Amino acid sequence: MSLDSATVRRIAKLARIRVDDAEVGVLQTELNAILGYVDQLNEVNVEGVAPLSGGAQMAMRLREDTVTDGEQAENILANAPDRVGQFFAVPKVVE
Amino acid sequence: MSLLNLTIAQAGAALAAKKFSAVELTAAHNAAIAALNPRLNAYITTTPALALAQAQAADARIAAGTAGPLTGIPLAIKDLFCTAGVRTTAASKILEPFVPPYESTVTRQLLEAGTICLGKANLDEFAMGSSNITSGYGPVENPWKRNGSDAKLVPGGSSGGSAAAVAARLALGATGTDTGGSIRQPASFTGLAGIKPTYGRCSRYGIVAFASSLDQAGPMARTVEDCAILLGAMSGFDPHDSTSAERAVPDFGAALGRGVKGLRIGIPAEYRMDGMSGEISALWEKGVAWLREQGAEIVDISLPHTKYGLAVYYIVAPAEASSNLARYDGVRFGARVDGEDLIDMYERTRAAGFGSEVKRRIMIGTYVLSHGYYDAYYLKAQKVRNLILRDFNNAFEKVDAILTPTAPSAAFGLGEKMDDPVTMYLNDVFTVPASLAGVPAMSIPAGLSAEGLPLGLQVIGKHFDEETVFAVSAALERAAGFTAMPSVRAE
Repeated sequence: MSLDSATVRRIAKLARIRVDDAEVGVLQTELNAILGYVDQLNEVNVEGVAPLSGGAQMAMRLREDTVTDGEQAENILANAPDRVGQFFAVPKVVE
Repeated sequence: MSLLNLTIAQAGAALAAKKFSAVELTAAHNAAIAALNPRLNAYITTTPALALAQAQAADARIAAGTAGPLTGIPLAIKDLFCTAGVRTTAASKILEPFVPPYESTVTRQLLEAGTICLGKANLDEFAMGSSNITSGYGPVENPWKRNGSDAKLVPGGSSGGSAAAVAARLALGATGTDTGGSIRQPASFTGLAGIKPTYGRCSRYGIVAFASSLDQAGPMARTVEDCAILLGAMSGFDPHDSTSAERAVPDFGAALGRGVKGLRIGIPAEYRMDGMSGEISALWEKGVAWLREQGAEIVDISLPHTKYGLAVYYIVAPAEASSNLARYDGVRFGARVDGEDLIDMYERTRAAGFGSEVKRRIMIGTYVLSHGYYDAYYLKAQKVRNLILRDFNNAFEKVDAILTPTAPSAAFGLGEKMDDPVTMYLNDVFTVPASLAGVPAMSIPAGLSAEGLPLGLQVIGKHFDEETVFAVSAALERAAGFTAMPSVRAE
């Protein structure tokens, strides 16, 4: 499988990364090199093999669904690039 | 007496015996960093005043008789660990203004043990790299030089700043993280010991996430013993990490003297790759001989899916990264670049804040998870990952540990291996399989290349059997007698 430039632009859009026209060609070459390399997995017979999603040799642990933390608005907002009162501020979304 | 060229064990004993104070030890390191860091760039942020305050507290503990083996020990903390009140960048411009309001579990445990934070060590951006050249804060210079050459070499990566700091005597030890070899490969490139413990042994809480099913914290230091001391303090169950293992932490130090008599050591045929340098295979042979001489039984084994490890890794890790790094959108923390509307702001923020390697990996990850390609790439990679785990499980029915080289070469020059991303990725060919399987693996310095650069051997163990890894590594360390030091170092 080889990516065309339209697909590179689509991936960039999905990833929310602005890509200039000049960058598309470079990215296309680099991404195709990586995809070309990983294509060797097609040689492997995985018939009947379950996917392994994690490195942990255990079942996922559950906890009680209770509040364990909170009342930290100032701590959390301290790193906000922009804020209004106790809210994160962003460019206008609704006209 | 030099306060810089000590092991952690030696410094701890000297502090306990009041031969010098934690403040003196810390001040000596602060001065060494001020002198050498502008050249090596091992630290992104230095914290000399914080370090001295922590040292005073450590001295008070020592005086009160409540000190432990790490009280007063100055460390470099990889800038991927959140440190309360101290800027944490992950070597990315997108986190340049980020000051965490909380402490990672691993560094909190180290602080409780009384260690000193000298500063935040440089790394590849978001730990994505094998040479530290992807850092948004400039590359790190390896303190080691080729014989008769001043050419700048890379320290490896991603924990390259941690490695350079400890090798150049700018810290007694360091924290690292390892996703596909990021502790072991830089340890090998700088003549250090470093262990990636079993997945789940150290909490990931407060470590900036790269690939969550692979990321593990671990120590880097000048001796195997120092790594055992550090890992003891870094390990343990943490309810804040859903993949943290609910297991008691063994006394890793007690395993160092066990020896290897009667242990079965596996030598995997598939690690003998085409084009392996004569130097690397000779070092491997030497390691085999050292273990045999000390009474280990050497067993030929097969890990048949080894050659697919990198391909699996370069699907799974970018997939997880694309998801983890979605949080950097310029809204809640980190840098923002304004745009015409919300989407435009996201896109400009991420275009300006991420470096090219990070963008590449996010895009690969986005693609392999996207509709229509998920089964062909991501699901397939997860299945092959299971086969790699089976390979290890089968091997560990026959052997107690596995011996391999750590990396296919010694440290390379800044600017080399830059032709295409895949060439750089091949650095991790020997370290990635253990990461995918979640098993513990350690690199120890075993010799010098013909050009005078350190080379490492890797010991891989069973899940949660770091003790055998330490026992074998200590035996190799004794036999190797590695005492060489880098030419660029603080005195």
